[in-house]
Amino acid sequence: MNEMNAVRKPPVATTGIIGWLRINLFFNWTNSLITLFVVYCLYQFIPWILDWTIFSADFKYNYLGEQITNQEMCSRNLDPENGGACWAVIYVRFYQFIYGFYPKVEVWRVNLAYIMLAFALLPLLYAKLPYRKYFLYFTYIFPVIAYFLLNGGLGFTEVSTNKWGGLLVTLVLGCTGIALAFPIGIMLALGRRSKLPVISMMCTLFIEFIRGVPLITLLFFGMVMLPLFLPEGIDMDGLVRVLVAVTLFQSAYMAEVIRGGLQAIPPGQYEAAKSLGMSYWRMNLLIILPQAIRISIPPIVNTSIGLFKDTTLVIIVGILDLLGIGRGTLADTNWLGLSYEIYFFVSLVFFIFTFGMSRYSLYLEKKLKTGINMGAD
Amino acid sequence: MRSNLGFFSDEKFRSIFFQTLVVGLFALGLFFVITTTSYNLEKRNIATGWSFLQNPAGFDISFSPFLEFKSTDTHLKVYFVGVLNTLLVSITGCIAATILGFILGIIRLSSNWLLSRLVYIYVEFSRNVPLLLQIILWYSILIQLPRVKQSLQVLDVFYISNRGLYSPRPIFESGFSYVSIAIVLALISSFLINRWAKKRQDKTGQQFPVFSSSIGLIFIVPLILFFILGSPLSFEHPELKGFNFKGGLVIRPEFIAMFLALSIYTAAFISEIVRAGIMSVSKGQREASAAIGLKQTWIMRLIIIPQALRVIVPPLTSQYLNLTKNSSLGIAVGYADLVHGFGGISLNQTGQAIECMAIVMATYLSISLTISFFMNIYNRSIQFKEK
Repeated sequence: MNEMNAVRKPPVATTGIIGWLRINLFFNWTNSLITLFVVYCLYQFIPWILDWTIFSADFKYNYLGEQITNQEMCSRNLDPENGGACWAVIYVRFYQFIYGFYPKVEVWRVNLAYIMLAFALLPLLYAKLPYRKYFLYFTYIFPVIAYFLLNGGLGFTEVSTNKWGGLLVTLVLGCTGIALAFPIGIMLALGRRSKLPVISMMCTLFIEFIRGVPLITLLFFGMVMLPLFLPEGIDMDGLVRVLVAVTLFQSAYMAEVIRGGLQAIPPGQYEAAKSLGMSYWRMNLLIILPQAIRISIPPIVNTSIGLFKDTTLVIIVGILDLLGIGRGTLADTNWLGLSYEIYFFVSLVFFIFTFGMSRYSLYLEKKLKTGINMGAD
Repeated sequence: MRSNLGFFSDEKFRSIFFQTLVVGLFALGLFFVITTTSYNLEKRNIATGWSFLQNPAGFDISFSPFLEFKSTDTHLKVYFVGVLNTLLVSITGCIAATILGFILGIIRLSSNWLLSRLVYIYVEFSRNVPLLLQIILWYSILIQLPRVKQSLQVLDVFYISNRGLYSPRPIFESGFSYVSIAIVLALISSFLINRWAKKRQDKTGQQFPVFSSSIGLIFIVPLILFFILGSPLSFEHPELKGFNFKGGLVIRPEFIAMFLALSIYTAAFISEIVRAGIMSVSKGQREASAAIGLKQTWIMRLIIIPQALRVIVPPLTSQYLNLTKNSSLGIAVGYADLVHGFGGISLNQTGQAIECMAIVMATYLSISLTISFFMNIYNRSIQFKEK
């Protein structure tokens, strides 16, 4: 009796590591063959890439122990058989990659701005942050502080934007573009859904026009045509002209994403707000937009990732962002031919930012799915 | 409460008032921009108008596979070469990205953990690194290939070097037009056979070997005709003369870099779309089709893919639009597309910024609208039809 009722363990081959391996890697013979083939390829590839990037690579000194100051001293150029990557170029040019040509004496201002940016982003990223309200006040005034800190004024020495470069320009373009495009995008989205035909038509035309042309033509527009449109005496800074183009571009995409959120709000919400006697703006600001923005945060992050990657396009109109500094370094005879190292480094920096953002958007999506229940029925 | 505002509380009045206000402000802004622009242009001695299109360009275009281009040709021709190059890289890129994306999307759902992880890594890397960087990276790899003299030889007819891929150029002789007519006719008739067979199957349940008969019509009939006409096709092989190849068909590294980067980057997005599409088909569909005894490959082809396509096509359309717009990045590696050739070099030489940019933007808008138009028709044809 006892023996028959005893709980028997499942077969060894279906549980634990062995079971997992059997189901996921060796389910049938084709599956097993594929697994073996992939393992073989990885076995060939991984040691080679590890060797090139780490074990045989130069970081600061070459294999003779000398500090590398130009590409001729790289191990891979002294000893092509055994040398790996020459990361010394990143080490030597690190300052330019991060700050561009910002004067060294003033660089603490950029560092302070980087740190303050992190603090400004905190309350936006974590809804449960303690004292979030006070952090948010800081976030609102941060752009003003950052402007005076980076550009000068209020007692700081002026640093012209053509000395900015590298990660600084990438972050300034990305953050400002996203931050400015957000309110403009909301206005455009509301305008497109407006009952007033003229306003709705104008917003639709603007959005569809911007979405129909490539960003590079808008950048050309900002660089070549914008100066023609402005009266004499108003001389716009190159970075500002690019920012105008980037913001216009991003706001059209932002508008479409927010419109998606607006469409998901059940009509009952509008009706309820109206029946309480709310005006159009009160209804949108207090009832509709908070809900619409909340559900469109994941796609907003996704378009922001797109913008962050697209900021690299500014190198075509001569602004030196991270990629621009990389290309500039390659044009230097001291560092000729190190394209793989430089592009690898620049890709890695972009990857860290964009991958982080995409993980964050996934986390939000998961939270939203469990957190709220839209549209009762 | 509101009544003290008088006529302003009337909704109709307010709507007209605000719209007139917006139109008025817009017109005022437009007027301001136009007057300052014309003043600025006058001061810089730039004449407006389209006559510059007829002036000789004065520069060469290295890659113009469809039109012969000389430096004495007009800016208008630069425009046409640019449009053709943009279309070439966009269309080939879209096709390659779709094929690669579908394959990767299906592999990503494979039960083999290692394989699906590998595709996942590929997807994450290629969509989180800026496209421009990928284009430049591919280009820098391609121009580090061996020089022309040491070019790599594939199958004795293709030569790969840092100047691009050289392959034999087909030369069509007089009889070849009959063969191409035969191919077109075969395509039309196999399409008609397909429709007829479907109708007959719906009515009677009898099947017709559509696939093999189409293959026979499209490949074998023109092939027989080709040999009857005495093989009216020959190849001009590239030959090494001095420092470069003469003759043959050349595909420049700028094009290859653009093609590879665009298709690999977009394929990562398409594979995610395909994955989401396939996952959107409910599990019951697969189980039901297995229960009535369909083979695994048939389940995919007849049950899963047609239903998944309804979810896939709308985002796929926007990927095609993105790819076409992204083809404008050719300027970074000197691919003579619309933006680089006409919007870049022609603009700089003539100084006609407004005209050139307007033409370039209008062209992209029309290409985008054309793509959305055709994809919308396709989308409608695959949507669920209620009978």
